[in-house]
Amino acid sequence: MDLNYNTQENAFRNEVRAFIQNDVPQALRDKVSAQKPLTKAEMESYHAALNARGWLAQSWPEEYGGCNWDAVQKHIFDEECAAAGCPRIIPFGVNMLGPVLLKFGDEAQRRHFLPRILDGTDWWCQGYSEPGAGSDLASLKTRAVRDGNHYVVNGQKTWTTLGQHADWIFCLVRTSTEGKPQSGISFLLIDMKTPGIEVRPIKLLDGTAEVNEIFFDNVIVPPENLVGEENMGWTYAKYLLTHERTGIAGVGFAMNNLDHLKTIATAHKKNGRPLIEDPLFAARIANVEIDLEAMKTTNLRVVAAAGEGAPGAESSMLKIKGTVIRQEINDLLRRALGPAAVPYVEEYFADSFDDELPVPDYAMPIASHYFNERKISIYGGSNEIQRGIISKMILGL
Amino acid sequence: MDFNHTEDRRMLQDTLARYVREQYSHDVRMDVAQSDNGYSTDHYNALCELGIAGALLPESVGGFGGAGHDLAVVFEQLGRGLVVEPFLASAVLGARLLSTLAADTQADLITAAIDGSKKLAFAHAETDSRYELNRVAATATSGADGWELSGHKVLALNADSADVLLVSARTAGDVDSETGISVFLIDPKTAGVEIKSYPTVDGYRAADVVLNGAKADAILGSAGDAYAAIESSVAAGVVALCAEALGAMEVCKETTLEYLQTRKQFGVPIGKFQALQHRMVDVLIEIEQARSAVINAAGNLEADRRTRERHVSAAKNLIGRAARLVAEESIQMHGGIAMTWEYSLPHYAKRLIMLDHLLGDTDHHLERFIRFSR
Repeated sequence: MDLNYNTQENAFRNEVRAFIQNDVPQALRDKVSAQKPLTKAEMESYHAALNARGWLAQSWPEEYGGCNWDAVQKHIFDEECAAAGCPRIIPFGVNMLGPVLLKFGDEAQRRHFLPRILDGTDWWCQGYSEPGAGSDLASLKTRAVRDGNHYVVNGQKTWTTLGQHADWIFCLVRTSTEGKPQSGISFLLIDMKTPGIEVRPIKLLDGTAEVNEIFFDNVIVPPENLVGEENMGWTYAKYLLTHERTGIAGVGFAMNNLDHLKTIATAHKKNGRPLIEDPLFAARIANVEIDLEAMKTTNLRVVAAAGEGAPGAESSMLKIKGTVIRQEINDLLRRALGPAAVPYVEEYFADSFDDELPVPDYAMPIASHYFNERKISIYGGSNEIQRGIISKMILGL
Repeated sequence: MDFNHTEDRRMLQDTLARYVREQYSHDVRMDVAQSDNGYSTDHYNALCELGIAGALLPESVGGFGGAGHDLAVVFEQLGRGLVVEPFLASAVLGARLLSTLAADTQADLITAAIDGSKKLAFAHAETDSRYELNRVAATATSGADGWELSGHKVLALNADSADVLLVSARTAGDVDSETGISVFLIDPKTAGVEIKSYPTVDGYRAADVVLNGAKADAILGSAGDAYAAIESSVAAGVVALCAEALGAMEVCKETTLEYLQTRKQFGVPIGKFQALQHRMVDVLIEIEQARSAVINAAGNLEADRRTRERHVSAAKNLIGRAARLVAEESIQMHGGIAMTWEYSLPHYAKRLIMLDHLLGDTDHHLERFIRFSR
């Protein structure tokens, strides 16, 4: 039992810090820390910096341009980047589709699509959820019918994150209604420029538009865009869901936000003294900090146990506890501001804003962010779905 | 980064686990807990022969362990069996205090504590001290015959069966000052010592120690300087209690899970009901968090004071919360059977709840965590 990182791991951490210092502009990190939405170009610039360093495809084999990090390295990278305010890696191409193509795609697909993910030619989005298929994903109805030399796709996807930027979408589509719902699903790659596709933004409760509805009206898809075998898509989707989950606890984000919380609770006063000295509020912070200290170790235990593989159902525990902790910190951030959390100046979130605000500018995104991050216990399989997975896979109930 | 125990610790763990499994059934535990001393000398000696007390102390004083992870390994297994023998009182609190304050002058007594031939108890808390280690009203005065102590100590674990008492008393300073506290060795049979023994709610044994000019056999270390040693010994005690709670929580989880799989209502095992599945998952998650907290505290027991106390208090706070959840949820998910004395589970639940009242509760350690985080 040794809670310390070894020499190699510490050296790696220093490399990551140097990369952030030299290759990720401070202005970009400040914008992330201020919780402002990033432009497509800004997100692409971060991917480009990672790709130039050879660090974009962290779990791909070197043969395909990946760096094949183990779970501890990925964890160190996630922790350092989140703490420094780096943008998140947009996962759809590199962390979701990539591993599926590597495992189930054919060589032509790998040689065509993987380099384009790395160099940013293709922006991918994920076509999973539908209006009638959320937690019950297998009940999806978007159909792909084989018609001569191609598929014809009809239906609707929803909650498509950053679909407004996407060049391609990977979709779960129904190719059979025989047998169990899970057994008639296929994994299809669709060019977003194909006629018959319409993208409509969904405005969210905090005023942002990061998700979309996508409509498919007789969309023609060539058969070589089928991944693996027809009607085996559910297996590939499940593989995708259990992959790349070392960062799922969001420990780095939580640490970053906890620091932010302490800064704000020091700046704001109660009874003329810093709020952080108020016993009641200090106790609230301490409770979540204690949970987070344990969570760091829980996360590392799962990461270390996974070694070079991907964690299994244990990642569901990380997701539940990690999101609960992050949402608790968001709640305390909002409450630490007191009345200063209330004003909403929509223009602040635009890039060129330099007007006067009624409150300190760090206060502006806090309440919106609190609302926006209610999503983290819903997406990627809601926390109730995760409890179902643990109940079945770990407890055997 | 390595979350595996060393080969030595794994052997220790296996040895102790086997003993508890084969020699210390729940029925045995309930019997010895209700015997005269509140534990069995035979079991205590047998466990000392297996090296359990030695594992709790460093080589420098004749043990072969003493690190936080050694304590964690031992007490997790003791917790699994709800073992009532006085390892916390004697081999952790008592022997550690002796080793820290007077390793050179008390070597024989430490050896006797390790081999089990003598049992120690630490009498420190008082009626008005609650969990504050610095609040000591008992006094020691130096006369022609040496030190004489007066005061009223409460809830001294296993003090009724101890061969030697370690008693704190003030030799200088205000009632809540960290300086001016000393620790003395007292023969429990000496004149001016009255031991008022009682069982605890969860089946263990403690006593009030009332001192009226009781003559001390020795002062440990120099007068007035014992606070740091008391704090670090209690820190070790907290790690031990946290690990004990972890072991007891694991048993609650296993017992409850088995019950969910076998108890049928409405024609199906009750574990098929989502309302219970989700509660059980929350129990599982909090136990994993508790294990992490034990690892953090154990791994930092040898660190500098601030780091050590911050992690120790974090662990006791988190485990206080987790233990209450596990105890209450285990009873609730079982239903009526968990309300009976006959069944094993409620005794684990009682230990888990009452552990919070020993060496500082959830709120006490939350305040300390805040103080040591500044």
